[in-house]
Amino acid sequence: MDTEFGPPLDDMAVLGRDLTKRFGEFTAVDAINIDVYSGECFGLLGPNGAGKSSTMRMLSCISQPTSGALTVLGTDPRREAARIRGRLGIVHQENNLDLDIKVVENLTTYARYFGFSRSECRRRAAEMLEFAQLEQKAVSKAGELSGGMQRRLAIARALVNSPEMVFLDEPTTGLDPQMRHVVWQRLLELKQRRTTLVVTTHYMEEAEQLCDRIVIMDHGHIVAEGTPQMLIKENVSQEVVELWFSETPTEETAAPLKGISEQFDVLADRIVLYVANGEEAAKEVHRRGLTPERLTIRRSTLEDVFLRLTGRTLAE
Amino acid sequence: MANPTITVLERHMLLYQRLWRASAFSLFILPVLFLTSIGLGVGGYIHQVDGHDYLQWITPGLIASTAFQTGANESTYGVLSEFEWVGGIKAMRSTPVRIQDMIRGWLIYVLIATELAVAAFLIVIWLAGALTPGLAISAPFVCGAVSLAIATPTTAFSAAINDQDWFLVLARFVILPATLFSGVLFPISQLPAFIQPLSYLSPLTHAVELMRDFAFGTATPMTVALHFAYLLAWIVAGWFLANITYRRRLTD
Ligand SMILES: Nc1ncnc2c1ncn2[C@@H]1O[C@H](COP(=O)(O)OP(=O)(O)OP(=O)(O)O)[C@@H](O)[C@H]1O
Ligand SMILES: [Mg+2]
Repeated sequence: MDTEFGPPLDDMAVLGRDLTKRFGEFTAVDAINIDVYSGECFGLLGPNGAGKSSTMRMLSCISQPTSGALTVLGTDPRREAARIRGRLGIVHQENNLDLDIKVVENLTTYARYFGFSRSECRRRAAEMLEFAQLEQKAVSKAGELSGGMQRRLAIARALVNSPEMVFLDEPTTGLDPQMRHVVWQRLLELKQRRTTLVVTTHYMEEAEQLCDRIVIMDHGHIVAEGTPQMLIKENVSQEVVELWFSETPTEETAAPLKGISEQFDVLADRIVLYVANGEEAAKEVHRRGLTPERLTIRRSTLEDVFLRLTGRTLAE
Repeated sequence: MANPTITVLERHMLLYQRLWRASAFSLFILPVLFLTSIGLGVGGYIHQVDGHDYLQWITPGLIASTAFQTGANESTYGVLSEFEWVGGIKAMRSTPVRIQDMIRGWLIYVLIATELAVAAFLIVIWLAGALTPGLAISAPFVCGAVSLAIATPTTAFSAAINDQDWFLVLARFVILPATLFSGVLFPISQLPAFIQPLSYLSPLTHAVELMRDFAFGTATPMTVALHFAYLLAWIVAGWFLANITYRRRLTD
Protein backbone atom coordinates (compact mmCIF):
# COMPACT_ATOMS: atom_id res chain seq x y z
CA MET A 1 0.00 0.00 0.00
CA ASP A 2 1.21 3.50 -0.80
CA THR A 3 2.20 5.81 2.03
CA GLU A 4 2.43 9.56 2.12
CA PHE A 5 5.92 9.22 0.70
CA GLY A 6 4.91 6.95 -2.16
CA PRO A 7 5.57 3.22 -2.15
CA PRO A 8 7.07 1.90 1.09
CA LEU A 9 10.84 1.70 1.26
CA ASP A 10 12.01 -1.60 2.62
CA ASP A 11 15.26 -0.33 4.07
CA MET A 12 13.59 2.46 6.04
CA ALA A 13 12.16 1.38 9.39
CA VAL A 14 10.99 4.88 10.30
CA LEU A 15 10.41 7.88 8.10
CA GLY A 16 9.25 10.98 9.98
CA ARG A 17 8.83 14.51 8.63
CA ASP A 18 7.95 17.64 10.63
CA LEU A 19 6.83 15.49 13.53
CA THR A 20 5.29 17.69 16.19
CA LYS A 21 3.80 16.87 19.55
CA ARG A 22 1.96 19.49 21.55
CA PHE A 23 0.45 19.13 25.00
CA GLY A 24 -2.03 22.00 25.17
CA GLU A 25 -0.02 25.12 24.43
CA PHE A 26 3.31 23.44 25.16
CA THR A 27 5.30 22.07 22.24
CA ALA A 28 7.27 19.03 23.43
CA VAL A 29 8.52 18.00 19.99
CA ASP A 30 8.89 20.72 17.37
CA ALA A 31 8.78 19.67 13.71
CA ILE A 32 11.63 17.16 13.73
CA ASN A 33 12.69 14.90 10.84
CA ILE A 34 13.72 11.38 11.76
CA ASP A 35 14.91 8.51 9.58
CA VAL A 36 15.76 5.12 11.00
CA TYR A 37 17.27 2.49 8.69
CA SER A 38 16.37 -1.17 9.02
CA GLY A 39 18.87 -3.09 11.10
CA GLU A 40 20.62 -0.08 12.59
CA CYS A 41 20.80 1.06 16.17
CA PHE A 42 19.50 4.60 16.39
CA GLY A 43 20.14 6.73 19.46
CA LEU A 44 18.10 9.62 20.82
CA LEU A 45 20.06 11.74 23.27
CA GLY A 46 19.12 14.85 25.15
CA PRO A 47 18.73 16.39 28.60
CA ASN A 48 15.61 15.93 30.76
CA GLY A 49 12.52 17.27 29.07
CA ALA A 50 14.16 17.39 25.63
CA GLY A 51 11.26 15.44 24.13
CA LYS A 52 12.92 12.03 23.77
CA SER A 53 10.11 10.00 25.31
CA SER A 54 7.46 11.98 23.47
CA THR A 55 9.30 11.24 20.23
CA MET A 56 9.63 7.56 21.11
CA ARG A 57 5.90 7.33 21.81
CA MET A 58 5.09 8.78 18.40
CA LEU A 59 7.56 6.55 16.53
CA SER A 60 6.33 3.45 18.34
CA CYS A 61 2.74 4.21 17.26
CA ILE A 62 1.46 4.78 20.79
CA SER A 63 0.73 8.49 20.72
CA GLN A 64 -0.45 10.37 17.68
CA PRO A 65 1.65 13.21 16.33
CA THR A 66 -0.11 16.57 16.57
CA SER A 67 1.12 17.17 13.03
CA GLY A 68 3.65 15.83 10.58
CA ALA A 69 4.00 12.73 8.44
CA LEU A 70 5.11 9.36 9.76
CA THR A 71 5.67 5.93 8.25
CA VAL A 72 6.75 3.00 10.43
CA LEU A 73 7.78 -0.34 8.90
CA GLY A 74 6.36 0.86 5.62
CA THR A 75 2.93 1.46 7.11
CA ASP A 76 0.89 4.49 8.12
CA PRO A 77 0.34 4.48 11.91
CA ARG A 78 -2.74 6.64 11.61
CA ARG A 79 -4.51 3.78 9.91
CA GLU A 80 -2.80 0.69 11.24
CA ALA A 81 -1.13 1.52 14.54
CA ALA A 82 -2.29 -1.71 16.24
CA ARG A 83 -0.97 -3.86 13.37
CA ILE A 84 2.40 -2.10 13.45
CA ARG A 85 2.68 -2.48 17.23
CA GLY A 86 2.33 -6.21 16.71
CA ARG A 87 5.76 -6.09 15.00
CA LEU A 88 7.37 -3.81 17.58
CA GLY A 89 8.90 -4.28 21.01
CA ILE A 90 8.38 -1.29 23.29
CA VAL A 91 10.18 -0.62 26.57
CA HIS A 92 8.84 2.50 28.24
CA GLN A 93 10.76 4.70 30.62
CA GLU A 94 8.58 3.22 33.39
CA ASN A 95 8.36 -0.57 33.63
CA ASN A 96 4.54 -0.85 33.63
CA LEU A 97 4.67 -4.35 35.13
CA ASP A 98 1.84 -6.04 37.01
CA LEU A 99 3.59 -6.20 40.36
CA ASP A 100 0.95 -8.37 42.09
CA ILE A 101 1.28 -11.34 39.76
CA LYS A 102 4.16 -13.71 39.12
CA VAL A 103 7.13 -12.87 36.95
CA VAL A 104 6.26 -15.59 34.46
CA GLU A 105 2.63 -14.46 34.39
CA ASN A 106 3.77 -10.99 33.43
CA LEU A 107 5.37 -12.55 30.38
CA THR A 108 2.53 -14.90 29.44
CA THR A 109 -0.27 -12.32 29.79
CA TYR A 110 1.72 -9.91 27.65
CA ALA A 111 2.49 -12.55 25.03
CA ARG A 112 -1.23 -13.33 24.84
CA TYR A 113 -1.92 -9.77 23.69
CA PHE A 114 -0.05 -10.67 20.51
CA GLY A 115 -2.46 -13.50 19.83
CA PHE A 116 -0.21 -16.49 20.53
CA SER A 117 -1.73 -19.71 21.85
CA ARG A 118 -1.33 -20.45 25.56
CA SER A 119 1.32 -23.11 25.00
CA GLU A 120 3.24 -20.82 22.66
CA CYS A 121 3.08 -18.08 25.30
CA ARG A 122 4.52 -20.44 27.92
CA ARG A 123 7.32 -21.43 25.57
CA ARG A 124 8.17 -17.82 24.79
CA ALA A 125 7.95 -16.83 28.45
CA ALA A 126 10.47 -19.54 29.36
CA GLU A 127 12.80 -18.33 26.64
CA MET A 128 12.56 -14.75 27.86
CA LEU A 129 13.15 -15.75 31.49
CA GLU A 130 16.41 -17.22 30.36
CA PHE A 131 17.24 -14.15 28.30
CA ALA A 132 16.68 -11.93 31.35
CA GLN A 133 18.43 -14.39 33.67
CA LEU A 134 15.33 -14.55 35.83
CA GLU A 135 14.66 -18.31 35.77
CA GLN A 136 15.17 -18.48 39.53
CA LYS A 137 12.52 -15.81 40.03
CA ALA A 138 9.88 -17.17 37.66
CA VAL A 139 7.26 -17.76 40.34
CA SER A 140 8.08 -14.79 42.55
CA LYS A 141 5.75 -11.85 42.43
CA ALA A 142 7.10 -9.20 40.08
CA GLY A 143 6.81 -6.68 42.93
CA GLU A 144 9.35 -8.66 44.94
CA LEU A 145 12.09 -8.20 42.32
CA SER A 146 14.82 -5.61 42.72
CA GLY A 147 14.66 -2.52 40.52
CA GLY A 148 17.26 -3.89 38.15
CA MET A 149 15.46 -7.22 37.83
CA GLN A 150 12.19 -5.44 37.12
CA ARG A 151 13.91 -3.50 34.38
CA ARG A 152 15.25 -6.70 32.85
CA LEU A 153 11.78 -8.20 33.04
CA ALA A 154 10.31 -5.18 31.26
CA ILE A 155 12.92 -5.51 28.52
CA ALA A 156 12.39 -9.27 28.18
CA ARG A 157 8.64 -8.76 28.03
CA ALA A 158 9.00 -6.38 25.10
CA LEU A 159 10.91 -9.05 23.17
CA VAL A 160 8.37 -11.81 23.72
CA ASN A 161 6.83 -11.33 20.26
CA SER A 162 10.21 -11.50 18.42
CA PRO A 163 9.84 -7.90 17.22
CA GLU A 164 11.39 -6.53 14.03
CA MET A 165 12.10 -3.22 15.70
CA VAL A 166 12.60 -2.46 19.39
CA PHE A 167 12.14 0.87 21.15
CA LEU A 168 13.99 1.24 24.45
CA ASP A 169 13.47 4.37 26.52
CA GLU A 170 16.41 4.57 28.92
CA PRO A 171 16.80 0.80 29.20
CA THR A 172 19.73 0.91 31.61
CA THR A 173 18.84 3.81 33.89
CA GLY A 174 18.94 2.64 37.49
CA LEU A 175 20.96 -0.50 36.76
CA ASP A 176 24.30 -1.16 38.43
CA PRO A 177 27.31 -1.14 36.06
CA GLN A 178 27.44 -4.91 35.85
CA MET A 179 23.76 -5.26 34.98
CA ARG A 180 24.07 -2.40 32.53
CA HIS A 181 26.76 -4.39 30.80
CA VAL A 182 24.53 -7.45 30.61
CA VAL A 183 21.77 -5.41 29.01
CA TRP A 184 24.20 -3.90 26.48
CA GLN A 185 25.33 -7.40 25.61
CA ARG A 186 21.72 -8.39 25.00
CA LEU A 187 21.11 -5.35 22.83
CA LEU A 188 24.24 -6.11 20.81
CA GLU A 189 22.94 -9.63 20.25
CA LEU A 190 19.68 -8.20 18.94
CA LYS A 191 21.64 -5.90 16.68
CA GLN A 192 23.62 -8.80 15.30
CA ARG A 193 20.33 -10.44 14.42
CA ARG A 194 19.51 -7.30 12.39
CA THR A 195 16.77 -6.15 14.74
CA THR A 196 16.29 -2.41 14.37
CA LEU A 197 16.87 -0.62 17.67
CA VAL A 198 15.80 2.85 18.75
CA VAL A 199 17.31 3.77 22.11
CA THR A 200 17.34 6.77 24.41
CA THR A 201 20.00 6.97 27.05
CA HIS A 202 21.81 9.30 29.39
CA TYR A 203 24.98 7.22 29.14
CA MET A 204 27.25 8.51 26.41
CA GLU A 205 29.42 5.45 26.65
CA GLU A 206 26.38 3.33 25.89
CA ALA A 207 25.49 5.49 22.91
CA GLU A 208 29.03 5.42 21.52
CA GLN A 209 29.29 1.65 21.79
CA LEU A 210 25.84 0.71 20.65
CA CYS A 211 24.52 3.31 18.24
CA ASP A 212 25.27 3.53 14.55
CA ARG A 213 23.64 6.92 14.32
CA ILE A 214 22.63 9.46 16.89
CA VAL A 215 20.30 12.41 17.13
CA ILE A 216 20.79 14.96 19.89
CA MET A 217 17.61 16.72 20.98
CA ASP A 218 17.10 19.80 23.09
CA HIS A 219 13.85 21.69 23.78
CA GLY A 220 11.99 19.60 21.23
CA HIS A 221 14.47 20.33 18.43
CA ILE A 222 17.20 18.26 16.84
CA VAL A 223 20.47 20.07 17.46
CA ALA A 224 22.82 17.57 15.81
CA GLU A 225 22.83 14.21 14.11
CA GLY A 226 25.28 11.73 12.65
CA THR A 227 27.49 8.82 13.61
CA PRO A 228 29.15 9.14 17.03
CA GLN A 229 32.54 9.68 15.36
CA MET A 230 31.17 12.30 13.01
CA LEU A 231 29.47 14.19 15.79
CA ILE A 232 32.69 14.32 17.78
CA LYS A 233 34.76 15.35 14.80
CA GLU A 234 32.38 18.06 13.66
CA ASN A 235 31.53 19.61 16.98
CA VAL A 236 34.55 19.43 19.24
CA SER A 237 38.30 19.39 18.94
CA GLN A 238 40.28 16.20 19.37
CA GLU A 239 41.26 16.61 22.98
CA VAL A 240 39.78 18.03 26.11
CA VAL A 241 41.51 19.64 29.07
CA GLU A 242 39.50 19.82 32.26
CA LEU A 243 40.46 22.20 35.01
CA TRP A 244 38.88 21.27 38.34
CA PHE A 245 38.32 23.87 41.04
CA SER A 246 37.15 23.53 44.63
CA GLU A 247 35.22 26.79 44.32
CA THR A 248 32.82 27.40 41.48
CA PRO A 249 34.79 28.93 38.61
CA THR A 250 33.45 32.15 37.05
CA GLU A 251 33.87 33.80 33.68
CA GLU A 252 36.59 35.80 35.38
CA THR A 253 38.46 32.68 36.34
CA ALA A 254 38.26 31.61 32.74
CA ALA A 255 39.38 34.95 31.28
CA PRO A 256 43.10 34.07 30.98
CA LEU A 257 42.14 31.03 28.92
CA LYS A 258 41.10 33.11 25.96
CA GLY A 259 43.67 32.56 23.27
CA ILE A 260 44.45 29.02 24.29
CA SER A 261 41.15 27.93 22.82
CA GLU A 262 38.07 29.60 21.40
CA GLN A 263 35.96 26.79 22.75
CA PHE A 264 35.45 26.34 26.45
CA ASP A 265 32.59 25.78 28.89
CA VAL A 266 32.48 26.98 32.48
CA LEU A 267 30.64 24.47 34.67
CA ALA A 268 29.82 24.30 38.37
CA ASP A 269 32.97 22.42 39.35
CA ARG A 270 35.32 22.80 36.38
CA ILE A 271 36.24 24.53 33.17
CA VAL A 272 36.28 22.39 30.04
CA LEU A 273 38.71 23.43 27.33
CA TYR A 274 38.52 22.04 23.79
CA VAL A 275 41.93 21.90 22.13
CA ALA A 276 43.85 20.13 19.38
CA ASN A 277 46.74 19.21 21.64
CA GLY A 278 46.10 18.64 25.32
CA GLU A 279 49.73 18.60 26.51
CA GLU A 280 50.51 21.95 24.89
CA ALA A 281 47.34 23.52 26.23
CA ALA A 282 48.03 22.28 29.76
CA LYS A 283 51.46 23.87 29.72
CA GLU A 284 49.96 27.12 28.48
CA VAL A 285 47.36 27.08 31.28
CA HIS A 286 50.11 26.92 33.90
CA ARG A 287 52.17 29.53 32.09
CA ARG A 288 49.22 31.94 32.36
CA GLY A 289 49.14 31.51 36.13
CA LEU A 290 45.95 29.47 36.52
CA THR A 291 46.09 27.08 39.47
CA PRO A 292 43.32 24.53 39.23
CA GLU A 293 43.19 21.91 41.96
CA ARG A 294 43.50 19.22 39.34
CA LEU A 295 43.99 19.08 35.59
CA THR A 296 43.03 16.19 33.32
CA ILE A 297 43.62 15.60 29.65
CA ARG A 298 41.54 13.13 27.62
CA ARG A 299 40.19 12.46 24.17
CA SER A 300 36.88 14.17 23.47
CA THR A 301 33.69 12.12 23.69
CA LEU A 302 30.02 12.44 22.86
CA GLU A 303 29.57 13.90 26.31
CA ASP A 304 31.59 16.91 25.16
CA VAL A 305 29.55 17.23 21.99
CA PHE A 306 26.50 17.32 24.12
CA LEU A 307 27.94 19.92 26.45
CA ARG A 308 29.04 22.09 23.54
CA LEU A 309 25.65 21.95 21.84
CA THR A 310 23.31 22.30 24.79
CA GLY A 311 25.50 23.99 27.41
CA ARG A 312 24.53 21.23 29.82
CA THR A 313 25.99 17.94 30.95
CA LEU A 314 23.99 14.82 30.31
CA ALA A 315 24.27 13.05 33.59
CA GLU A 316 22.63 15.23 36.18
CA MET B 1 -5.45 -16.49 17.01
CA ALA B 2 -6.46 -15.45 20.49
CA ASN B 3 -9.16 -12.79 20.53
CA PRO B 4 -7.68 -9.57 21.96
CA THR B 5 -10.76 -8.86 24.08
CA ILE B 6 -10.41 -12.28 25.68
CA THR B 7 -6.71 -11.78 26.37
CA VAL B 8 -7.51 -8.51 28.15
CA LEU B 9 -10.19 -10.30 30.14
CA GLU B 10 -7.71 -13.04 31.05
CA ARG B 11 -5.44 -10.50 32.71
CA HIS B 12 -8.30 -9.01 34.75
CA MET B 13 -9.38 -12.47 35.86
CA LEU B 14 -5.82 -13.35 36.82
CA LEU B 15 -5.61 -10.26 39.02
CA TYR B 16 -9.07 -11.03 40.45
CA GLN B 17 -8.16 -14.64 41.27
CA ARG B 18 -5.52 -13.50 43.72
CA LEU B 19 -8.26 -11.88 45.80
CA TRP B 20 -11.08 -14.31 45.26
CA ARG B 21 -11.11 -15.72 48.78
CA ALA B 22 -11.54 -12.31 50.37
CA SER B 23 -14.08 -11.19 47.82
CA ALA B 24 -16.06 -14.45 47.91
CA PHE B 25 -16.52 -13.93 51.63
CA SER B 26 -17.78 -10.38 51.24
CA LEU B 27 -20.06 -11.48 48.40
CA PHE B 28 -21.98 -13.67 50.81
CA ILE B 29 -21.72 -11.61 53.94
CA LEU B 30 -23.32 -8.55 52.37
CA PRO B 31 -26.64 -10.13 51.39
CA VAL B 32 -26.82 -11.89 54.76
CA LEU B 33 -26.36 -8.61 56.59
CA PHE B 34 -28.82 -6.82 54.33
CA LEU B 35 -31.53 -9.39 54.68
CA THR B 36 -31.21 -9.84 58.43
CA SER B 37 -30.98 -6.16 59.31
CA ILE B 38 -33.45 -4.73 56.85
CA GLY B 39 -35.72 -7.71 56.46
CA LEU B 40 -36.05 -8.68 60.10
CA GLY B 41 -35.24 -5.36 61.76
CA VAL B 42 -37.11 -2.91 59.59
CA GLY B 43 -39.59 -5.58 58.61
CA GLY B 44 -40.70 -5.70 62.23
CA TYR B 45 -42.11 -2.19 61.82
CA ILE B 46 -43.27 -2.33 58.22
CA HIS B 47 -45.39 -5.31 57.44
CA GLN B 48 -46.83 -4.85 53.99
CA VAL B 49 -45.88 -2.85 50.91
CA ASP B 50 -48.14 -2.93 47.86
CA GLY B 51 -49.74 -6.04 49.26
CA HIS B 52 -46.45 -7.92 49.73
CA ASP B 53 -44.53 -8.97 52.76
CA TYR B 54 -41.78 -6.31 53.26
CA LEU B 55 -38.93 -8.82 53.03
CA GLN B 56 -40.32 -10.21 49.80
CA TRP B 57 -40.96 -6.77 48.47
CA ILE B 58 -37.48 -5.46 49.18
CA THR B 59 -35.42 -8.46 48.03
CA PRO B 60 -35.65 -7.94 44.25
CA GLY B 61 -34.63 -4.30 44.67
CA LEU B 62 -31.72 -5.20 46.92
CA ILE B 63 -30.35 -7.60 44.33
CA ALA B 64 -30.58 -4.95 41.62
CA SER B 65 -28.98 -2.43 43.95
CA THR B 66 -26.10 -4.83 44.67
CA ALA B 67 -25.49 -5.19 40.93
CA PHE B 68 -25.63 -1.42 40.49
CA GLN B 69 -23.14 -0.89 43.30
CA THR B 70 -20.81 -3.55 41.95
CA GLY B 71 -20.83 -2.02 38.48
CA ALA B 72 -20.12 1.44 39.89
CA ASN B 73 -17.51 0.45 42.47
CA GLU B 74 -15.48 -1.77 40.17
CA SER B 75 -15.26 1.03 37.61
CA THR B 76 -13.80 3.72 39.83
CA TYR B 77 -10.40 2.94 41.40
CA GLY B 78 -10.13 -0.15 39.22
CA VAL B 79 -9.97 2.04 36.12
CA LEU B 80 -8.10 5.08 37.43
CA SER B 81 -5.36 2.98 39.00
CA GLU B 82 -4.71 1.30 35.66
CA PHE B 83 -3.92 4.68 34.18
CA GLU B 84 -2.17 6.27 37.14
CA TRP B 85 -0.42 3.64 39.22
CA VAL B 86 -0.49 0.14 37.81
CA GLY B 87 0.65 0.75 34.25
CA GLY B 88 -1.13 -2.37 33.02
CA ILE B 89 -2.98 -0.37 30.44
CA LYS B 90 0.21 1.26 29.16
CA ALA B 91 1.61 -2.22 28.72
CA MET B 92 -1.46 -3.25 26.71
CA ARG B 93 -1.14 -0.08 24.70
CA SER B 94 2.29 -1.29 23.55
CA THR B 95 0.75 -4.33 21.84
CA PRO B 96 -1.76 -4.89 19.02
CA VAL B 97 -4.60 -4.67 21.58
CA ARG B 98 -6.89 -1.84 20.51
CA ILE B 99 -8.65 0.60 22.82
CA GLN B 100 -12.03 -1.00 22.16
CA ASP B 101 -10.55 -4.41 23.08
CA MET B 102 -9.32 -2.97 26.38
CA ILE B 103 -12.73 -1.53 27.25
CA ARG B 104 -14.64 -4.59 26.11
CA GLY B 105 -12.39 -6.96 28.08
CA TRP B 106 -12.72 -4.75 31.12
CA LEU B 107 -16.54 -4.57 30.92
CA ILE B 108 -16.83 -8.34 30.57
CA TYR B 109 -14.78 -8.59 33.74
CA VAL B 110 -17.16 -6.17 35.50
CA LEU B 111 -20.06 -8.26 34.23
CA ILE B 112 -18.54 -11.43 35.67
CA ALA B 113 -17.87 -9.74 39.02
CA THR B 114 -21.50 -8.58 39.05
CA GLU B 115 -22.94 -11.98 38.21
CA LEU B 116 -20.87 -13.55 41.01
CA ALA B 117 -22.32 -11.04 43.49
CA VAL B 118 -25.82 -11.69 42.18
CA ALA B 119 -25.31 -15.46 42.38
CA ALA B 120 -24.17 -15.15 45.99
CA PHE B 121 -27.27 -13.08 46.77
CA LEU B 122 -29.57 -15.62 45.14
CA ILE B 123 -27.95 -18.46 47.08
CA VAL B 124 -28.51 -16.64 50.36
CA ILE B 125 -32.17 -16.06 49.47
CA TRP B 126 -32.52 -19.68 48.45
CA LEU B 127 -31.07 -20.78 51.78
CA ALA B 128 -33.60 -18.49 53.47
CA GLY B 129 -36.31 -20.29 51.49
CA ALA B 130 -37.47 -17.19 49.64
CA LEU B 131 -36.19 -17.78 46.12
CA THR B 132 -38.84 -17.77 43.41
CA PRO B 133 -38.25 -19.01 39.84
CA GLY B 134 -39.14 -15.60 38.41
CA LEU B 135 -36.43 -13.98 40.49
CA ALA B 136 -33.81 -16.63 39.79
CA ILE B 137 -34.26 -16.48 36.03
CA SER B 138 -34.56 -12.73 35.59
CA ALA B 139 -31.87 -11.60 38.03
CA PRO B 140 -28.78 -12.42 35.91
CA PHE B 141 -30.16 -10.49 32.93
CA VAL B 142 -31.57 -7.47 34.70
CA CYS B 143 -28.58 -7.21 37.03
CA GLY B 144 -26.06 -7.59 34.21
CA ALA B 145 -27.83 -4.83 32.30
CA VAL B 146 -28.00 -2.38 35.21
CA SER B 147 -24.42 -3.07 36.20
CA LEU B 148 -23.19 -2.26 32.69
CA ALA B 149 -25.51 0.75 32.50
CA ILE B 150 -23.63 2.35 35.40
CA ALA B 151 -20.23 0.74 34.72
CA THR B 152 -19.82 2.15 31.21
CA PRO B 153 -20.27 5.86 32.10
CA THR B 154 -18.34 5.39 35.36
CA THR B 155 -15.47 3.81 33.42
CA ALA B 156 -15.54 6.76 31.02
CA PHE B 157 -15.49 9.15 33.97
CA SER B 158 -12.62 7.37 35.70
CA ALA B 159 -10.55 7.47 32.53
CA ALA B 160 -11.12 11.22 32.28
CA ILE B 161 -9.95 12.29 35.76
CA ASN B 162 -6.53 12.52 37.40
CA ASP B 163 -7.56 12.84 41.00
CA GLN B 164 -9.27 10.16 43.05
CA ASP B 165 -11.09 12.79 45.12
CA TRP B 166 -13.58 12.92 42.29
CA PHE B 167 -14.81 9.51 43.40
CA LEU B 168 -16.11 11.03 46.63
CA VAL B 169 -18.14 13.47 44.57
CA LEU B 170 -19.41 10.63 42.41
CA ALA B 171 -20.31 8.49 45.42
CA ARG B 172 -22.11 11.28 47.27
CA PHE B 173 -23.90 13.06 44.49
CA VAL B 174 -24.64 10.27 42.05
CA ILE B 175 -24.40 6.75 43.43
CA LEU B 176 -25.85 7.34 46.90
CA PRO B 177 -28.86 9.41 45.74
CA ALA B 178 -29.47 6.88 42.96
CA THR B 179 -29.48 4.07 45.52
CA LEU B 180 -31.77 5.92 47.93
CA PHE B 181 -34.29 7.27 45.43
CA SER B 182 -34.64 4.42 42.97
CA GLY B 183 -37.38 2.57 44.80
CA VAL B 184 -35.12 0.02 46.43
CA LEU B 185 -36.07 0.66 50.07
CA PHE B 186 -39.48 2.29 49.60
CA PRO B 187 -41.85 2.79 46.66
CA ILE B 188 -41.14 5.77 44.41
CA SER B 189 -44.76 6.82 44.88
CA GLN B 190 -43.74 7.90 48.40
CA LEU B 191 -41.48 10.56 46.94
CA PRO B 192 -42.69 14.13 46.32
CA ALA B 193 -44.26 14.37 42.86
CA PHE B 194 -41.51 16.62 41.47
CA ILE B 195 -38.75 14.15 42.38
CA GLN B 196 -40.44 11.13 40.83
CA PRO B 197 -39.48 11.98 37.22
CA LEU B 198 -35.87 12.47 38.36
CA SER B 199 -36.02 9.07 39.90
CA TYR B 200 -36.82 7.59 36.51
CA LEU B 201 -33.59 8.98 35.11
CA SER B 202 -31.70 6.52 37.27
CA PRO B 203 -31.03 3.19 35.55
CA LEU B 204 -31.44 1.52 38.93
CA THR B 205 -35.11 2.54 39.10
CA HIS B 206 -35.79 0.65 35.90
CA ALA B 207 -33.86 -2.40 37.06
CA VAL B 208 -35.75 -2.44 40.38
CA GLU B 209 -39.10 -2.29 38.60
CA LEU B 210 -38.04 -5.06 36.24
CA MET B 211 -36.93 -7.26 39.10
CA ARG B 212 -40.17 -6.74 41.02
CA ASP B 213 -42.30 -7.32 37.97
CA PHE B 214 -40.53 -10.61 37.33
CA ALA B 215 -40.59 -11.62 40.98
CA PHE B 216 -44.32 -10.91 41.37
CA GLY B 217 -45.37 -11.98 37.91
CA THR B 218 -46.56 -8.53 36.88
CA ALA B 219 -44.19 -8.15 33.92
CA THR B 220 -45.70 -7.24 30.54
CA PRO B 221 -43.76 -7.42 27.25
CA MET B 222 -44.22 -3.68 26.80
CA THR B 223 -42.80 -2.57 30.17
CA VAL B 224 -39.98 -5.13 30.00
CA ALA B 225 -38.98 -3.89 26.54
CA LEU B 226 -39.07 -0.25 27.62
CA HIS B 227 -37.06 -0.78 30.80
CA PHE B 228 -34.42 -2.83 29.00
CA ALA B 229 -34.28 -0.29 26.17
CA TYR B 230 -33.60 2.45 28.70
CA LEU B 231 -30.76 0.44 30.30
CA LEU B 232 -29.37 -0.32 26.86
CA ALA B 233 -29.33 3.40 26.04
CA TRP B 234 -27.11 4.00 29.07
CA ILE B 235 -24.81 1.16 28.08
CA VAL B 236 -24.43 2.42 24.52
CA ALA B 237 -23.89 6.04 25.57
CA GLY B 238 -21.40 5.00 28.25
CA TRP B 239 -19.56 2.76 25.80
CA PHE B 240 -19.02 5.64 23.38
CA LEU B 241 -17.98 7.99 26.16
CA ALA B 242 -15.49 5.45 27.48
CA ASN B 243 -13.99 5.05 24.02
CA ILE B 244 -13.58 8.81 23.81
CA THR B 245 -11.96 9.25 27.23
CA TYR B 246 -9.67 6.23 26.81
CA ARG B 247 -8.60 7.45 23.40
CA ARG B 248 -7.89 10.93 24.67
CA ARG B 249 -5.77 9.58 27.50
CA LEU B 250 -3.91 6.90 25.58
CA THR B 251 -3.09 8.69 22.34
CA ASP B 252 -1.50 11.63 24.19
N1 LIG C 1 1.34 13.83 28.76
C1 LIG C 1 1.96 15.02 28.88
N2 LIG C 1 1.25 16.12 29.19
C2 LIG C 1 1.85 17.33 29.30
N3 LIG C 1 3.16 17.55 29.12
C3 LIG C 1 3.93 16.49 28.82
C4 LIG C 1 3.37 15.17 28.70
N4 LIG C 1 4.38 14.33 28.39
C5 LIG C 1 5.50 15.07 28.34
N5 LIG C 1 5.24 16.36 28.60
C6 LIG C 1 6.22 17.46 28.59
O1 LIG C 1 6.93 17.43 27.38
C7 LIG C 1 8.30 17.69 27.59
C8 LIG C 1 9.13 16.57 27.02
O2 LIG C 1 8.90 15.42 27.79
P1 LIG C 1 9.58 14.04 27.48
O3 LIG C 1 9.09 13.07 28.48
O4 LIG C 1 9.39 13.71 26.04
O5 LIG C 1 11.12 14.39 27.74
P2 LIG C 1 12.39 13.42 27.82
O6 LIG C 1 13.37 13.95 26.85
O7 LIG C 1 11.97 12.02 27.67
O8 LIG C 1 12.92 13.70 29.29
P3 LIG C 1 13.58 12.68 30.37
O9 LIG C 1 15.03 12.60 30.04
O10 LIG C 1 13.36 13.38 31.66
O11 LIG C 1 12.86 11.40 30.27
C9 LIG C 1 8.49 17.88 29.09
O12 LIG C 1 8.53 19.26 29.35
C10 LIG C 1 7.25 17.28 29.68
O13 LIG C 1 6.87 17.94 30.86
MG1 LIG D 1 11.97 10.42 28.86
